[in-house]
Amino acid sequence: MKLSKKRRVFLRSALALMSTLLIPNQGNARWDKKAYNEVNIVDSMQSIGIRNPEELRDGSNKIELSLPEIAENGAIVPIKILSKIPKTERIFVFAEKNPQPLVSDYVFTPNVEPFVASRIKMSETAFVHVIVLADGIFYRAARQVKVTIGGCGEE
Amino acid sequence: MDKTVRFRVRLNDKIADVKIMIFHPMETGYRKDKLTKNMIPKHFIHTVKIGHNQKPIMQVHWSRSVSKNPYLNFRVPNAIGGDELSIAWEDNMGESGVGTTIIA
Repeated sequence: MKLSKKRRVFLRSALALMSTLLIPNQGNARWDKKAYNEVNIVDSMQSIGIRNPEELRDGSNKIELSLPEIAENGAIVPIKILSKIPKTERIFVFAEKNPQPLVSDYVFTPNVEPFVASRIKMSETAFVHVIVLADGIFYRAARQVKVTIGGCGEE
Repeated sequence: MDKTVRFRVRLNDKIADVKIMIFHPMETGYRKDKLTKNMIPKHFIHTVKIGHNQKPIMQVHWSRSVSKNPYLNFRVPNAIGGDELSIAWEDNMGESGVGTTIIA
């Protein structure tokens, strides 16, 4: 009796701890230095919490991604993202072959639409991966952009 | 209010379509100064906080892979004329800027 009660108390506190670890706290979202400095896309994805990129859910029909097929100037590549996945909390943008692949991330509250558009730099032709975190699950949509003149180095 | 931030807001069916531009060099650190031949140090905005009537609604994290004079478009539901939109940015050199606008 005593033991099972102890166990229950332990389990409850363990669960409470786990839930605080699993639920991303929007108020505490910070610029993640480690993820932004990684030079390898897999390492960068791991540091945002994706253990194995193979396990990413296919988000290609739920993430509306607008990118040019060919970007003449890699210094200005327009990107537009709309997530149709309920409870979208966060959107990450990776340019696979940039010196540091993580380009940006957006933390949403329910008081803003899960939509964003901006302009990014791409050093060379590469896949752009958009990762949506919704209700604790990561989804991906990717598109290749052909870059005529790279946009990271000299002008 | 400083002049680093420019807003364009269009209100349609209670949804504010907000476009902002921030004047900033967004240097990658990989570029060489043509005159001095020295590398130009990296200089980029890493965080932008967005508020609607003083309440935080969205946080943006950027890297040096975001284009010069960054452009950002987002949509705020439940918006009406007279509402205040605000943004505050911070870069890796400790510089910062703010901008506010009232929805017309």
